[in-house]
Formats: sequence, structure tokens, C-alpha cells
Amino acid sequence: MSTPAAADILSASPPAAARLRPLARWRRRLTAVSASRPAAVGLGIILVWVALAILAPAIAPYAPNANDLAALANPTPSRTHWLGTDHLGRDVLSRILWGARPVLVIAPLAVLGAAALGSLLGLTAGYYGRWVGVVITRACDIVLSFPVIILYMIILAHFGSSAWNIIGVLTLTKAPIIARIVRGMTLDLREREYVTAAKMRGESALYIMLVEILPNARGPLIVDMCLRTGYNVIIIGVLGFLGIGLPPPDPDWGGMVKDTYGMMMVWPHMALFPCAAISSLVVGFNLLAIGLRELGLRD
Amino acid sequence: MTDAPVLDVRHLRVIYTTRAGEVTVIPDLSLSLEAGEAFGLVGESGCGKSTVALSIVRYLGRTGRIGGGQILVEGRDLTTLGDAALRTIRGRRIAMVYQDPMASLNPVMTVGRQLMEVPMIHERVGARVARERAIAMLSEVKLADPAGVMERYPHQLSGGQQQRIVIAMALIAGPALLIMDEPTTGLDVTVEAAVLDLVRELRQRHRSAILFISHNLGSVARVCDRVGVMYRGEIVEEGLVRQIFANPRHPYTRGLLDCLPTLGRDKRQAPLVPIAGQVESAISRPAGCGFARRCVHVESGRCTSGSIAAVTVDGEPRHRVVCVRAAELPPWRRRTGAVVSEERGVETEPVIDVHHLTKIYEARRRRRRFGGKRPSVRALADVNLAAARRQTLAIVGESGCGKSTLAKVLSGIEVATAGGVTLDGVEVGSLGVDARSAALRRKLQMVFQNPDSTLNPSHTVGYAIGRALRRLRDGAPADTTDGVARLLEVVKLAPAMAARKPHHLSGGEKQRVAIARALAGDPDVIVADEPVSALDVSVQAAVINLLNEIQATHGATLIFISHDLGVVRYLADHVAVMYLGTVAEVGRVERVFAPPYHPYTEALLSAVPVPDPDHDIPRILLEGPVPRADEVPRGCPFATRCPRRVGAICDDTPPPVQQLAPDHRLACHIPGPELRRMQTPLVGTSSAGR
Amino acid sequence: MARFFAKHVAFLLLTLLVVSFLVFTLNEFSPGAVARKILGAYATQEQVELLTKQMGLDRPLLVRYVEYLRAAASGDLGYSARYKLPVREVIGKHLANTALLAAIAFACIVPFSMVLGVAAGMREGSRLDRVILMLSTVVASIPEFALGVFLASVFVVWLHWLPGTATLVAGGGWSVASQLVLPVAVIVLFDAGYVVSMIRASMVEVMQRPYIRTAVLKGLPLSRVILRHAVRNAMLTPITVIMLQINYLVAGVVVVETVFAYPGFGRMMLEATLFKDIALIEAGALVAVFLAVATNILGDLAYIILDPRIRV
Repeated sequence: MSTPAAADILSASPPAAARLRPLARWRRRLTAVSASRPAAVGLGIILVWVALAILAPAIAPYAPNANDLAALANPTPSRTHWLGTDHLGRDVLSRILWGARPVLVIAPLAVLGAAALGSLLGLTAGYYGRWVGVVITRACDIVLSFPVIILYMIILAHFGSSAWNIIGVLTLTKAPIIARIVRGMTLDLREREYVTAAKMRGESALYIMLVEILPNARGPLIVDMCLRTGYNVIIIGVLGFLGIGLPPPDPDWGGMVKDTYGMMMVWPHMALFPCAAISSLVVGFNLLAIGLRELGLRD
Repeated sequence: MTDAPVLDVRHLRVIYTTRAGEVTVIPDLSLSLEAGEAFGLVGESGCGKSTVALSIVRYLGRTGRIGGGQILVEGRDLTTLGDAALRTIRGRRIAMVYQDPMASLNPVMTVGRQLMEVPMIHERVGARVARERAIAMLSEVKLADPAGVMERYPHQLSGGQQQRIVIAMALIAGPALLIMDEPTTGLDVTVEAAVLDLVRELRQRHRSAILFISHNLGSVARVCDRVGVMYRGEIVEEGLVRQIFANPRHPYTRGLLDCLPTLGRDKRQAPLVPIAGQVESAISRPAGCGFARRCVHVESGRCTSGSIAAVTVDGEPRHRVVCVRAAELPPWRRRTGAVVSEERGVETEPVIDVHHLTKIYEARRRRRRFGGKRPSVRALADVNLAAARRQTLAIVGESGCGKSTLAKVLSGIEVATAGGVTLDGVEVGSLGVDARSAALRRKLQMVFQNPDSTLNPSHTVGYAIGRALRRLRDGAPADTTDGVARLLEVVKLAPAMAARKPHHLSGGEKQRVAIARALAGDPDVIVADEPVSALDVSVQAAVINLLNEIQATHGATLIFISHDLGVVRYLADHVAVMYLGTVAEVGRVERVFAPPYHPYTEALLSAVPVPDPDHDIPRILLEGPVPRADEVPRGCPFATRCPRRVGAICDDTPPPVQQLAPDHRLACHIPGPELRRMQTPLVGTSSAGR
Repeated sequence: MARFFAKHVAFLLLTLLVVSFLVFTLNEFSPGAVARKILGAYATQEQVELLTKQMGLDRPLLVRYVEYLRAAASGDLGYSARYKLPVREVIGKHLANTALLAAIAFACIVPFSMVLGVAAGMREGSRLDRVILMLSTVVASIPEFALGVFLASVFVVWLHWLPGTATLVAGGGWSVASQLVLPVAVIVLFDAGYVVSMIRASMVEVMQRPYIRTAVLKGLPLSRVILRHAVRNAMLTPITVIMLQINYLVAGVVVVETVFAYPGFGRMMLEATLFKDIALIEAGALVAVFLAVATNILGDLAYIILDPRIRV
């Protein structure tokens, strides 16, 4: 096809690559990322929310749990309350800003945990094949075939839903997905000649998995991690909505919707704004994932 | 009957849009083809020959476009046609045959349906007529049981069969122009020979014009009337086949011919002369000649300023060259040496000794959905070989012969089922690489085939070599910078390379780094598994020379596995010809390449395409089925296809190993002297040789 | 063929066993806990212990588990404390409701996403592709409850075209059919967003393949290239994904059910877990897993049927 021919011609004589310092490398990565419009937009959205979350204590006009009883008479958006108040008189804007903080901590942490656990499982399953591979894959299949919502309901209702419990349960349920991806890549990469060369040097299996194979699985792994983070944000919202999320009274976007959607006929804004908040953040992660995938992330 | 050429490309200009901007890949290209003529377009990777083909059929994808010029096919300019008009031409007047036949066929559609589509769409015939046409075409391309093949899926057929089907699909509508883009690359030598002969035959019958694109000068010589040599998007020399190969006038053409290891060349008599430098990217196109920077005859000033005009060679009206110095160059002599059998010193004790090596891959209970265990595969059967110190032993054979398995057992990736391998007196055949001691691992290292996967893309060159140093060399210092620099120097790379990552390196450079890595422990034996097969011709020569040099200076034994008989003839001291896991013939390279030949060796040698149109030898084509990998033949494994099969004895009894000389053995029922009587020499019989 | 089924049925049973054991253990680990849940927080310790003994809950875990299995095999799944009915009835009723919703949704999702996915992947980078990609990404990013809220605020609050709840009780002037529109719409939008991107990705990859180039250069019209050559290959991977959506449709739609007060299986499970209705939780988990593994098997089967490279 035309594209490989072009690639041939263009790569025939590569430019000399100077050794860049770490900071310059990051700047180069950022400019590379912004080359793709979806990635740039997605990253922008995420960074905005991160900034808002960090600055929440400073910029939120009210305390998130403060009840402004006077506003109850007319909770719709006004000059004093830009996004209105909820049914208990609490300022919606402030609650949204403060609500960003647990989400932006829990979702990425859970993804990192899932990535670590999933990578280890996937590497082991892919590299060893045979027995170990089959057992791990089957176990992952079992976990994956379980409808996760029910899993969350059962576990969280039983153990209670603190932040760590949520992180734990999200890690456990997302790890198999990542394990499957990493396993697929490992199966492919372990046939590469540089792996054979490593074996001929007498490298240990652990070295080969972590140093030879894993760095080359980086691309799709990172893309998937972005997607997972987005899904985690959704799930955290869903948990809050179902009543098994973070305990009240701390603002939790899903919980906010749960408390207020019943009043949608009269005051739709109370539920709409938290919904918009969640959606925008997830859109950010999904766009970033699409953009990264397009770029075929390569360092 | 008009005189207009079937294909007339005039001043074609092709531009690609890339992240680095717009790149003119083909600045100005013209060529023409008459009906029934075969034109070979030759060049290395990146020269743009595939781009020419894709431009003609207007399939450049989203990143490419035609920036100027005309492409006239039967008088119509394709650059001006819209999609609807193009559709009537594609498949009907112009057809294409591709490089990878398996990937070019739809895996979920039967072969028959894919064939029948063409006449059904273009000529609006009914299914029954289409089916008959398809079956007729399949027999024309010499496929056995055409009706049965129609119902098969592509993955059920061999590579050679698939390519014949692609050819059938191209010819079924009787096109005026047939474009073949590397049609035999990736096929075994004997299969390739059969396909090339088929193409010649079909050409006579169908009178299509053929544009044959290849990097293999030999196959072009066999099929084509005229040849065009491409470099960096331009045709630098063009003429009749005989003219080009006997009297090349462009330095690049000469360079290509000089660095080709053909069957008659030996490393001692006629060393390969690589072309300096490497193919430069199309991004920076210099003023003047594109080849100037690598040319040995360059004269700065004349060659580097202004565009170079094409000149016609004296006395050869159809032979044109784009070079200012063409007429001044000395006459070209084909480099062959007389086949000299000299004594090369005492044969020393073998460093590596393979005795009765057998490797059987057991049936594994794979995840077979619908029953049936995979039967066991006999990859190696009673193989006996030996290589002495400072010698090069080449192992040659086609796919399925077991050479890769042999490499794996030697290196410890696989373990022998029976028999053994002795390395410096130590039995290693049953030792997997994990079980071997560090000292053993140090002694035997490997160089692999694919430069793109031989180095870890996430590690720098310095890390890769340094790690090998630390693991393989005892007492290696913690800081390996010096060691790395020294190794890079041995493989003729700058020390600054250590900081680079593989994707910044060219194929040849990557392979050199791989060689440096293998040298880290100063091994006694280097197993090279097709190390140059994936490299461009001009780069191959340099790497081959490098291997040779390293062997001499480091005193290592080189076990060189290849399917390329020319390289083997050039490089090896001893050669073993393998077929289906057995050694058909083994011995000193001069003896193996001269009669008496094992019938398989004979067929191989006759099949190799040689870039010499005067190379006229009886072609021996192998008919008959290749036994399946899981069938263990009772007698000689070659019996099903052997043109010299004598009778039932060949099917029932394994052939005896005849010791024809202290260093020459072959396994055949026909006695050696009788073979010698029956056979003619196949190497070094060029009537144009000087 | 027989081997295929034997292996997968064995896997199914194994999974069911493992899961049911885990759930059982989780819920009934401490003997006192079960009795306490039944009696409530205000019961005295004596009462708890009495009930425990009465129900035989002080016997070892495994014994109780085996008994449970035996009972389940004979169809007796226990008694729901929340609904005050045999578990079998409760599950049956709610599952039927969910099945209705799932069937309609599935019938909409499959053709809808196939058309969009193929149209998008056909010409990667075209305007149609970008639009579909962006839309499907955005829609898949909105959690179902948010989608429900958005749609409800438009169609219920603002336009008054549709009812806001779907209790399946025809009343207040809204027919049962009209009640289903919004829940189905939300499910279809949310799920299709994901399925479209999968089909699109597969289609994009197939269009790069050499055999598509062969088909085009044979002079075949684009429609034939797409329909006969590309789609069949492109559907190989998404088929399994689509089968897994059934999985989601059964249990994952709990959110939608909650928003619209639909009496479905997911909502039943939610109530059960919140209420600590143990028998219902255990049985419900079993049903969910059974469906999940069964759809897995269906997906594998479909893949085999479609890809001759495996079959032949």
C-alpha cells in the first residue's frame, strides 16, 4: 500500500537524535500530544477540572454543606448562587467544585492499581502460557463475566463504601481487563527476536517481562488507562446515584443527582448541573484516549 | 492495430503529504510499454517502484497524490478519470498481482467466489459461465484439481498456490496491462522459479503487457524484455535486458551488480563491493544527480549542479542512462572467479558437532475447537553436521526444511528429542538455554533475521550492547561505555550511536548493532539465522563482508543459515543442503555446487534466478506434492517430487549416505558416479563470463 | 463440536460454583450476622442466638453451603425477606420485565450501531467519520442516569411528550408502550455509543488490509467491496462484544431502572443488597453469572461460525 512505501522512503535516513534532557522530553511530548485535536481538547478539559478541584477551597463561593435557608424560596440560578441551590439550600456550584476532588483522586488511583495488578497478571499469563496462563486467564474471565454493578452492590453494601473500599473494588474489577490487554501484547511480543536474544544471555524471566516486554506494551496500555479513568468516573457517579457511593454529607456528584432528580419536574437544574459536570470530565478522558490512539503513541 | 503503447507514463510526478510536509517522491518519471512487452522495474526499498505501480492504478491512499504528468493506458489518461471510469478499467484493462498473496485474498470468501466476481461484474456474465471461466483459468495457472480449489479458502492453500490464484484473478478478464509488484518475494526459490516460468508462458498466450516490479535482478532477467533501474524516484538507466546486464552504464547499476553474490562468486576471488552510504530520504532532494553522494565516479560540479539529462548509449539505441559521465566510464566486467578448489589448510577438530540430531514437536492439546489434536511434526531427523574453528558452515534449504529448528536447538531455545550437539566437547543438545552455564552461553551467540525486531525498541543501542557485555563477559566493569564503543567500532559504527534508539537506525545499522551485541562475549560460535535476507541488496554486501571480517579477526566459527544460494556460495566454506528435516547433501562448497548433485540440490541450483540473460541452464521444475509436515515419509523425503526418482525403492527405503569424498556426503539411492554422468554443471556456465 | 460444548459447559458450572460460594460466604460468614439481619438491629443477643440455633446457622459453613446447593438444584431458592415471596417468583417477575426492556433495546442497538460503525469506518477521517466518532464518544461519556436526566428534562419536563416514570402500570393517561420509550432510548444511546466505536475501529482496521485493495483494484463497485468483502471480516471481533452487551442489558441497566422506577432485575438486586435480603442476593448473583457466561459462550460460537479459518 502507499503508506508503507512512503514510510520506507522517508525513514531511509533518520535525523540525528540528540539526547534530550527530561524536561525537554516532556515538553516534546506535550507538543506531540497537542498535534491531535481530540487529544488537546481532552487534555485541556481534564486540566481545567484538575485546576478547579485543587483551587476549590479558594474559589468556591460557599462552603459545600452550608445551608442557605433564605435561598430555599427560590433555588434557581441567580446572582447570589450562580448555579442555584439544591433542595437543602446548599450552593450547587460549590458542591460541584468540591465534589471534583474525591472523583479526581479515586478514579486515577483505582486505574493505577488496576494497571499495576493487571500488568503483572497479564505479563505472567502471556509469558508463561500453558498452565499458569490458562489459570490466570480463566480467573480473569470469571471476574469479567460477572456483571460488575451487581458486584459493587454486593460488596459495597456489605463492607460499607469508604473511599478505599471503592478504590479496592474498582481495582479488582478493572484489573482483568488490563490483564487481558497486556496478555495479548505479551503473547505477541515474546516471539520477538530481542526476547530470544535476552534468553540467550541468560536473563531471568522477571527481567524479560519487566524490562524487555512491558515497556513495549506502553502505547495501548496508556490509551486503555485513559479510557478506564473515564469509566471509573462514570462508575463513581453511578455508585453515588444508587446510594452506595461515598457517604453523605460530602458532595458527591452522583449523590447530588440522586437527591435531586425527583424534583426534576420543578427544579431541573439541581440534577442537570452535576450530570453535566460528570459528563464533561468523562468526555475529556475519552477524547484524550482517542487522540492518543490516533497518534500511535510512541516515544 | 495502432502503434500506441499500451502504457505511456509521461513526466509523472507523485507527492506524499507527511507530518514533515510535502515530499516529492517521484519528481519526473517516464516510461512506455508496448503490447506483449515485459518491462522490469528494479530498485531497492524506498526507491518508489511500488509508488509507480500504485499511481498507475490510482490507489495512492489519502496521503499521496499525482502532482503532474500523464498516465496513458490504451490512449486514455488515467489522471483525469473519475471513480466510475476507473472502475471499468481496473480489473478489466489493468490488473495487479501483489507481493503477499495470503494477505491479498479475502480470508472469509472461497477462492472460487473471488475469481468469479471479476467476469460477473465486468462482463456481466452469469454465475455458471463465470464458474467455467474460473475453472479454466485455474488449470491454465497449473493448479491441480481446479474444481476442488474453487471451494477452498485461501488459508488452506500454500504460498505458491495462492500466488497462482492471484495471477489467475488478474488474468481472467484478459487485461491489456498486468502490473506485478514483487510477486515472488517471500516465495521459496523452487516455487519462485515455477511462478516465473508460468508468467513467461502466460505472457506468450495472452499478449498482455507486463510491468514487473522487483528488487531481485535475477527474476527480472528471467522474465523481462526491458529493464529500468530506479533510484530515489527516478529511472537512472533503461534498456534491453541484455544491454543492462552486459553493459551497465550507470554507476548505481554497476554498484548493484557488483555487490550481488551470484552463484559464481567466491569470497576469496571476487569480494563483494558494497555501495557506500545508504539510501537517502526523499525529503532532501539535492540539486544534480541523486546518486552523487554515494557514487565512486562522482565529479563535483558536473554531477552536483543542475538536472542531469538522459543520454543514449553509443551503439545501443534503446539503452538510455541518466548520467553525465556515462560515456567515460570504463567497460564493465562481470566479477566472477574461476572455481578453484584449493587446499585451505588442515581441517581442525570440529568446534561444534551435530550428531544424529532429531527434533519432534509433540502434539499439544491446543484449543482446537472441533476436535483433532495437532499431530506431531518431525522437524529434524537424524541430522549430522560439523563445523571446525574459523570455518563458515552454511545451512541452506527452503521453508520447512528444518533450518530454523536447527538454529533453535543450537541456541538452546529448543531442546533435542534425540541425538545431540557437542560444543567444544560439551554436550548441549539436551540443554535448554536456561540450563546452560554462563560459560556455555558465552560461547554460542546468535544473529537474527529481522532487523526490525532484533533490537528492543525501548532500549538505546548502548544499553543493549552494554547489557550483553555485563551478562556475557566475565569481569566486565560496571561502566560499559568503553566496551560498547569498542564493539561499535568493530561493526563500523560511530560511538555516538550508543545514545540512539532503534527506530532511528536503518536496517543495515540495526543488524550491525545486533552483530555487535552477539560479539559482546567473544563467542566461539556465531549462529546467524538469515541475517541479511531482510536487507537491501546494497546493504547486504556490507554486512556480509563484516561477518567475514569478524570471523577472520575473532577466530569464530560461523554457522550461516540462509535460503539464498548466491550468498551461501560466496560466504561458506562448507554447506549443508536440507530438505524436510534431513541433510540431503553436505560438503565443501565447491564440491556441493559441482556435480554430482543430490537431485534436490540440482533443482535448487537450476531454480535460482541469476541476473545474467546468457545464463542458460536446463531448468528443473519440481512437480508433485510436498509431503505434509506431520507425515513421516518411509523412504526418501524428496521422493514425491524428485525428477530422478528411480522407482519404489525411493518411496520405501531411506537413502544411504554416500561418502563421495572426505568432505562430501549425499543421501541418494543413485550412486554418485552415475549422478555425475547424468548431470551437467549448473554453476559458472555463463557464456558471457570472462 | 461436542468437545467445544463440553468444555464450555464445564466452565459454566465451575464459574457458577465459584461465584455462588463466594457470595454465600460473604453473606453468611458470621453465624450471628444472618439472624441479626433478619431480626433487625434492636434484637437482643439472646434472641439472635436463639434464632441462629433454630435456623441451624451455627453449623459449619460448608455444610450449609451444600444444603443450599441441594435446595437450589431442586428449585427452592429460598424466601425473600424484602418482598415476602418465594425468591423464584420474585426473580421470575423482575427478570421478565428486564427481558422485555433488553429485547427491545438489543433489537435497536444492533442494526443502529452496525450501520453507523460501518459508515464511519468505511472512510476513516472523512467528515461522516469524524461526526460519528465525536457523537458516539460524547454519548458514551454521559452516564446513563445523566442521559436519563437530560432526556427527561427535554421530553418530560419541557415538551411533556412522554411520562417520567415507567412502572409498567398503565395509568395517568400514559400507555405502557409510551412508558418504555425513554428507558429504551437511554439504554440504546449509551450502549450504542460504545458498540459503534468498536465496530468502527474494526472496520477501519479491515479497510487497511491488502485484500480490500485487491477488491478495489479488481474494479468492484464500492458497495460490493464494503458489503461483501469488508463487513464480514470487520464483524468478527465486534460479534463477541455485541453478545456481551446482553450481559449489560440484564444487570447493568439498574441505573436506568432506578431513574424511571422500572421494576426490573437490576433494581431488584439493588434493593436486595441495600436491604440485606440474603436469599435474593445469592440467587440473583447466580442468575446474573449464568447469563454472563452463557452470553460468553454464544459469542465464542458466533465467532467460530463466522471465521472459516477456525472452522475448517
